[in-house]
Amino acid sequence: MSIDQNTAAKVAKLARIKVEDDALPALASEFNTILGFIEQLNEVDVEGVEPMVSVTPLRLKRRQDVVTDGNQQDKVLSNAPDAREGFFAVPKVVE
Amino acid sequence: MLDLTYDMPKPKIIAGAKHDWELVIGLEVHAQVSSNAKLFSGASTAFGAEPNSNVSFVDAAMPGMLPVINEYCVEQAVRTGLGLKADINLVSAFDRKNYFYPDLPQGYQISQLYHPIVGEGEVLVELGDGTARQVRIERIHLEQDAGKSIHDMDPHMSFVDLNRTGVALMEIVSRPDIRGPEEAAAYVTKLRQILRYLGTCDGNMQNGNMRADVNVSICLPGAYEKYQETQDFSHLGTRCEIKNMNSMRFIQAAIEIEARRQIAIVEAGGKVDQETRLYDPDKNETRSMRSKEEAHDYRYFPDPDLMPLEIEQGWVDDIQASLPELPDEKKSRFINDFSLSDYDASVLTAEAESAEYFESVAEGRDGKLAANWVINELFGRLKKDDLDITDSPVSPAQLGGIIELISAETISGKIAKDLFEIVFNEGGDPAVIVEERGMKQVTDTGAIEAALDQIIADNPAQVEKAKVNPKLAGWFVGQVMKATGGKANPKAVNQLVAQKLAQ
Repeated sequence: MSIDQNTAAKVAKLARIKVEDDALPALASEFNTILGFIEQLNEVDVEGVEPMVSVTPLRLKRRQDVVTDGNQQDKVLSNAPDAREGFFAVPKVVE
Repeated sequence: MLDLTYDMPKPKIIAGAKHDWELVIGLEVHAQVSSNAKLFSGASTAFGAEPNSNVSFVDAAMPGMLPVINEYCVEQAVRTGLGLKADINLVSAFDRKNYFYPDLPQGYQISQLYHPIVGEGEVLVELGDGTARQVRIERIHLEQDAGKSIHDMDPHMSFVDLNRTGVALMEIVSRPDIRGPEEAAAYVTKLRQILRYLGTCDGNMQNGNMRADVNVSICLPGAYEKYQETQDFSHLGTRCEIKNMNSMRFIQAAIEIEARRQIAIVEAGGKVDQETRLYDPDKNETRSMRSKEEAHDYRYFPDPDLMPLEIEQGWVDDIQASLPELPDEKKSRFINDFSLSDYDASVLTAEAESAEYFESVAEGRDGKLAANWVINELFGRLKKDDLDITDSPVSPAQLGGIIELISAETISGKIAKDLFEIVFNEGGDPAVIVEERGMKQVTDTGAIEAALDQIIADNPAQVEKAKVNPKLAGWFVGQVMKATGGKANPKAVNQLVAQKLAQ
């Protein structure tokens, strides 16, 4: 698989990262280098090998169903560029 | 146990300009887990709180915050799976679904695309006319809810509240086994009933605690059967997904109008585009949500913050052992044990609380009579005062007492209604009230006879007429009932009137 400039532009847009047109060829080329590396990994025969998700045998940590957090509206909103009446205020988004 | 059997319902047919069309429908129901805290944070899930007050730094996606799963939510998903007779996956995993929206601070929703916690199950959907549809469940996965955007508070700004962000949802995905708008609503109703029995979701659709995305396509008669034989979707039409509906009425209306839209396109020689649409109840139309289309590239990948979710079979078995009796089993038991009709049993088992109430009333008494009183008198009276069964001023023991008095013929059915009203308003032991207020039925033929003799003596003309026309006997029965304040045993009065007039 090879990434062209259009694909690179689309990926950048989906990730909301602004990339100038003249930077796209270099970006596409970097993507291809990474994909080339992954393709190399794909050559390894893993037939019958369980996928490994962690190098140590960790169990997913769990929590009890107890309210231990919240009630910090001021802190939650403190980084917001605009907040009104307890809400984040953002430029209008309508379907 | 009696197994209820039903015929398969016929698919809904919509007549197009050229030929008949059938509908094929699949639903994705989002049910909010009834938990105190969120799926991955310790913030409260309480509805109606001050905006952005039930928000932890995990929900607000502050840098460095890590999700920790709420074990209770996992248990509820497993419980729901077991209630839908589904396979439980002992290993499941969380994935990130990436998209940008102001009410999604993480920039992704944690969901389970590749390895959901619950696999295939089934739901029996009765349609009330002796038919029922077996709807297959494809999967149930756990995921986070998004926040809420409010667009009408300011002309230029949208307001965002993250209280709902991160609340646990179960997405219950059906196979395309539903064949009409009524079936779709009946399916959601049945699902809601099962979830409420299980206690895993409160089913409050108004608050958005249960919402449905509906996939609709159309096909020519015969095509669907080919799909069912082969499970090959190419036999079906292109589907459209109508997003986020939270009322049974809208679900039905949206399916109907969307099917008609697709039929018009195809009959005019066009092609239905696979897309996401929105139902507008004011205009009764569906509209394309074009902005969603590009965002559909969700770039799912396993969430590196979360290890796979491994659960033990023993834990699943414990949950299985704690399941309550579910609607299908309860209904068939009611039909079997209390000789109820399918309809009465459905009404009584619609809510677990109603079923429990009925059972306490019916236990050791006349089940059919108990069903009539609970459904006709109690439910009717509660509805009049806008009360829930759990707030009923008449306890099962009190209603049972009234039913015993009827069965023993101590009071007539008519007096029983008056007695019920007294108990409803004033409380008290029905037997004591009957005794104290002289409401006992008069079965003493002497007293009835005396009243009847008096009426006959006072109305010689009526007597002559009744002798010619036996239908007029009813007038005498009425007069006796009136004279005895409705307490005379109607059977005894009828007999006596017939006797006397024949003399």
